[in-house]
Amino acid sequence: MDLDALLLSRIQFAFTISFHIIFPAITIGLASYLTVLEGAWLYTKRRVYLDLYQFWIKIFAVAFGMGVVSGVVMAYQFGTNWSEFSRFAGGITGPLLAYEVLTAFFLEAGFLGVMLFGMKRVGPGLHMFSTAAVAVGTLISSTWIIASNSWMHTPQGHEIIDGIVVPVDWVAVILNPSFPYRLTHMVIAAFLATALLVGASAAWQMLRRHDNPAVRTMWSMALWMVLATAPLQAIVGDFHGLNTLEHQPAKIAAMEGHWENTPGEGVPLTLFAIPDMEQERNRYAVDIPNLGSLILTHSWDGQFAGLKEFAPEDRPNSTIVFWTFRVMVGLGLLMIALGLWGAWSRLRGKLHSSRGLMRFALLMGPAGLVAILAGWFTTEIGRQPWIVQGLMRTSEAVSAHAAGQVGLSLAIFVVVYFLLFGAGTVYILRIIDRGPEPGDGDAPPEGGPGLHNQPGRPMSAASGRSADGGDAGTGGRTPELQPVAANRGGMV
Amino acid sequence: MGIDLPLIWGVIIIFSIMMYVVMDGFDLGIGMLFPFFPHKHDRDVMMNTVAPIWDGNETWLVMGGAGLLAAFPLAYAVVLSALYLPLIFMLVALIFRGVAFEFRFKAEAGKERAWDWAFIAGSYGATFFQGVVLGAFINGFAMDGDRFVGGAFDWFTPFSMFTGVGLVVAYMLLGSTWLLIKTEGELHDDLRLRTRHWVWALLGAIVVVSIWTAMSQPAIAERWFSMPNLLFFAPVPLLVAAVMFWLMRSLSGESHTSPFLLTLALVFLGYSGLGISIWPNILPPDISFWEAAGPPQSLGFTLVGALLIIPIILGYTGLAYWVFRGKVRAGEGYH
Repeated sequence: MDLDALLLSRIQFAFTISFHIIFPAITIGLASYLTVLEGAWLYTKRRVYLDLYQFWIKIFAVAFGMGVVSGVVMAYQFGTNWSEFSRFAGGITGPLLAYEVLTAFFLEAGFLGVMLFGMKRVGPGLHMFSTAAVAVGTLISSTWIIASNSWMHTPQGHEIIDGIVVPVDWVAVILNPSFPYRLTHMVIAAFLATALLVGASAAWQMLRRHDNPAVRTMWSMALWMVLATAPLQAIVGDFHGLNTLEHQPAKIAAMEGHWENTPGEGVPLTLFAIPDMEQERNRYAVDIPNLGSLILTHSWDGQFAGLKEFAPEDRPNSTIVFWTFRVMVGLGLLMIALGLWGAWSRLRGKLHSSRGLMRFALLMGPAGLVAILAGWFTTEIGRQPWIVQGLMRTSEAVSAHAAGQVGLSLAIFVVVYFLLFGAGTVYILRIIDRGPEPGDGDAPPEGGPGLHNQPGRPMSAASGRSADGGDAGTGGRTPELQPVAANRGGMV
Repeated sequence: MGIDLPLIWGVIIIFSIMMYVVMDGFDLGIGMLFPFFPHKHDRDVMMNTVAPIWDGNETWLVMGGAGLLAAFPLAYAVVLSALYLPLIFMLVALIFRGVAFEFRFKAEAGKERAWDWAFIAGSYGATFFQGVVLGAFINGFAMDGDRFVGGAFDWFTPFSMFTGVGLVVAYMLLGSTWLLIKTEGELHDDLRLRTRHWVWALLGAIVVVSIWTAMSQPAIAERWFSMPNLLFFAPVPLLVAAVMFWLMRSLSGESHTSPFLLTLALVFLGYSGLGISIWPNILPPDISFWEAAGPPQSLGFTLVGALLIIPIILGYTGLAYWVFRGKVRAGEGYH
């Protein structure tokens, strides 16, 4: 394979979107979690919810910042690298993206400031409203972007006039056949991935005997959430698979490493294999007879199309999606196990003492994000060689750039993303390592500029932090305010 | 039907870009003023004046891109692929700058300086390359029909390098006059003195860009200097001179807000000068809004949302600015 502009653009897109998708997934989950926490605080007046709110909002802020900047890149990349796609399908993807900006991005950005810095500047009602607005914004955003993405998988509601996609029925475009399954699957994935992160953070504190009511509360909430969403996700995933079988049979064949049917026999489930695209067979296959039929056709000997029924140039790469799919499903099964183990421990009254459960939850912390990436690879690589299923090939969609130009941008993105998002991950892990403290609720963010703000309390929240007093007194022009400036490091 | 959808969308795009320049201009300018204010607490105050709102400001850039894709897919495809490298550089710079807002306050003592530099370099880089894009846009695109046939470095001209520098000066002036509203004490007095330099620099940049444009773009020069256009356009340079004079006077006066408002007026004049030079082309030199428009079904569908939602957006953006109104003082917490 040559490193031409097409391949480099595909790598660049895969790279930038893989980084990007992590942050929206966290912010979708955390924004809703924060709304629940603030609501619970206002309703019960229990301090522990406010402490947790002030703790998780710090992590939310870092993740949101990284999501915004990597998202701006995505909005422009359709034009810089995939200009033929934009020219062809911009009549549909453009309006959907525009609605995302209009209904979601502005909503999130507009209320984010009040949410992060406005606790003392607005009443509790407006602050609660701001948190909820940001959470709703993240969900609206997912809806539009998934509508656009789903249309690329299962396009309908359009005509092709003069070589350009023209929308004729917007309801059909948006409510395309795979949209409901894809959206549900993605949003649950975001909630589940966030619950796993929260649970792992709690487990990390408890394993080190840093136990307090806030840690216990988030531990318990996270395990309830995993118990509820992990099995639900398996059910939704099954429906999504059936939908894919109906509309994108080549993708399913590639995911299953299924080459051809034997007349009268059910399709086995291949547990392990290395699908070989050249030789059109699986190497080292370990099969379970008839299970493939049972899962995908819900009957003992049902059959579905094998890869050989599609022309070689229309086949997705089975070697990759076979494995990304199995990584996702395997992690999903482990998540269900975690949920059940948590429920079992809770029943026996050992939820806060089972160190085995805590270790398992800690290990599973990143599993949700890994599963999201694996699932995303499965569905997107599984659509190839099409960028819009059946309408436009990826090879026709790319901009006419020289390879050097795209190679340069790819190199820059790789360096910058690892540098910056690496630093962001370190900051998030450092905040998690410090953990929620019972006092966190006493030190809400002080809230940016304003007429009536008094300087913050000196040093009160800076405990455990040596960070920001760094250049205090080095020639400042208002040295009496330095301790005050130093305290902001401890707060979001 | 008499509804000219491409025209309305042209206006919406122009409005979005104007909103972006007005709103993100001053917060980019703050990053570019950082090198002149080395003390941590000054920088904290400067950053805190925009911390709650910069994200909303930047959303207008995404709106411009998304609106362009929705309404003018052809222009989106051509402009973004023709200006591949400067746009990538701008995006990377915006990444540095955006994360600096969050990371700076979570860094350890030694590393905070590094995020200051990320903020500075990101602000300069993003602004400069936006100016380069502007210059390349004035220069026009080499088109054969609806295909871009130019090279990867067509944008790399002395003119567009200069418009890059010119936009740096313009955003710095926006930033410093914004800070006059939001600061007090010695920082405020310092800024007031420095702002005079930016005013002179911007005047120089405007004059040079105007003359350069007239000399290098015969089509634009002809449009400016033919009758009766000359009579219609003559007020623009006269207004620029008047606003400039008024701005200098306001810097010696008491008002904290009028320098910013007058700078906005200046930016608006420059922007409208550009507008009347290339109207109605969305791809200079000769592809118009109407030729680049997407299917009417797309324009109509998106227009309903834009007309209903943009007023609401302006409403809650105003609310956010109102919540965080007033002076920012050293030690007032952001993080």
